[in-house]
Amino acid sequence: MDIKNVPQDDSSTYAKNKKAIYAKDEDGSLKVIGSSGWNVEEEVTKQALDDLKQSAEDAYCKVKKGEKSTLYYYMFALRMDLQLLSEITGFFKWTIKRDFKPSIFEKISDKRLSVYAEAMGKENKDLKILQEINYECN
Amino acid sequence: MNVTKFEHSHFAHCESGVMSSLLRHYGVNLSEPMIFGLSSALTFAYLPFIKIGGMPLVAYRSLPKSIIKNIQKNLKIKMKLETFSNKEKGEQRLNQLLSEGKVVGAQTSVYWLPYFPPEMRFHFNAHNLVVYGREKETYFISDPVFENSVECDKESLLKARFAKGMMAPKGLLYYPVDIPKDIDIKSAIVKSITKTAKSMLKTPVPISGLKGIRFLAKSILKLEKKDKKYAKLFLGHIVRMQEEIGTGGAGFRYIYASYLQESSLLFDNDAILEESSNMMLEVGDKWREFALMIAKSIRSKKDIDFEAISNKLIFISTEEEKVYKKMLEFIGTK
Repeated sequence: MDIKNVPQDDSSTYAKNKKAIYAKDEDGSLKVIGSSGWNVEEEVTKQALDDLKQSAEDAYCKVKKGEKSTLYYYMFALRMDLQLLSEITGFFKWTIKRDFKPSIFEKISDKRLSVYAEAMGKENKDLKILQEINYECN
Repeated sequence: MNVTKFEHSHFAHCESGVMSSLLRHYGVNLSEPMIFGLSSALTFAYLPFIKIGGMPLVAYRSLPKSIIKNIQKNLKIKMKLETFSNKEKGEQRLNQLLSEGKVVGAQTSVYWLPYFPPEMRFHFNAHNLVVYGREKETYFISDPVFENSVECDKESLLKARFAKGMMAPKGLLYYPVDIPKDIDIKSAIVKSITKTAKSMLKTPVPISGLKGIRFLAKSILKLEKKDKKYAKLFLGHIVRMQEEIGTGGAGFRYIYASYLQESSLLFDNDAILEESSNMMLEVGDKWREFALMIAKSIRSKKDIDFEAISNKLIFISTEEEKVYKKMLEFIGTK
């Protein structure tokens, strides 16, 4: 790719940052040049971000309806999934799934709760309260 | 206050960028493409049985830490790599090294670094950065994928260094301890080019090298029968691994083209290497076209032409094959 063809699309996913791309200058030598974004990349990053956001919103509504515990929401809100949460906490997936039940999570031990809190960079008490977000559940 | 004078540079990729600026600080001038090429970091791997964030692993470069380790091996530079059993020890050691005036590389998670904008914060544990100073609770960081140097608070840096899960950094710190006076770059180039070309052409397992690219092409055909949303996420995921994660464009193919060009200069403008570089650059352009095809199909409401996307990938693999064969031609003259 020639330097003049390096996209400068001001992608929202770059948040005003630039990424270094290697491209050819007029003399034919390859150099680093800052790119403010590429629409193609923005498309796929947004797709991933939207998917994460949607998972968090779905989880939020399930908690609101009393179907799931707040832990379930925070997992998605922090862009995690069951596998990752299991790897971070060292808890088996099935035991985490059990903690997604509001009745079980309500009675969780402080010790177990603090492992989740540490994994999510939160305080114990915050994990038990649903943080309101600007989203209308059906 | 312990802040060593350190020159920040903006690079495409974290690990090769850190190694390039660390080594420059300690007296060895090697560009990012040289570091990347000399450590034979270019590859392709598709591991459908390893899932990250629900998506199969697609990699355009070798395993994390392999650049550090291969530079150590190929250039006989002695690196010290330290990991820690707990946060306290990890923090103390970093502070100690900084107070000795050292500048150190560190492995971290991306997610917990506050200077990353939310749009870029994903759970990826194999990020690399340079720490060059501290003042009270603030660390001074040269993160190669950012244009300027940054700062990070103590708590966040600690959390990022000790993030758990796949490829957990375990507080990894690294820095050179012994650098030989005469580094034999030319023989290291010959070795690394041989290794990269051969592993791309001849890997016996179907999941990596050119076979890996063809394997992914086949898997794309199978997406036809899968849920449409999953199919689109899968395709988007491939492009993210190729472009978003800091590859210098086209899944490191452009960086590698730059390496081949620089190597050509070191071998008195070797014509075969120069040609290999041009060929790799063109292959890079094909990868970008592949990414564009995918982005268009994600955006479109129409049915996705999986066959066209898959065929493009097969075409890329045959074009890339020619580059590795050309690189081996150069080796044949040595």
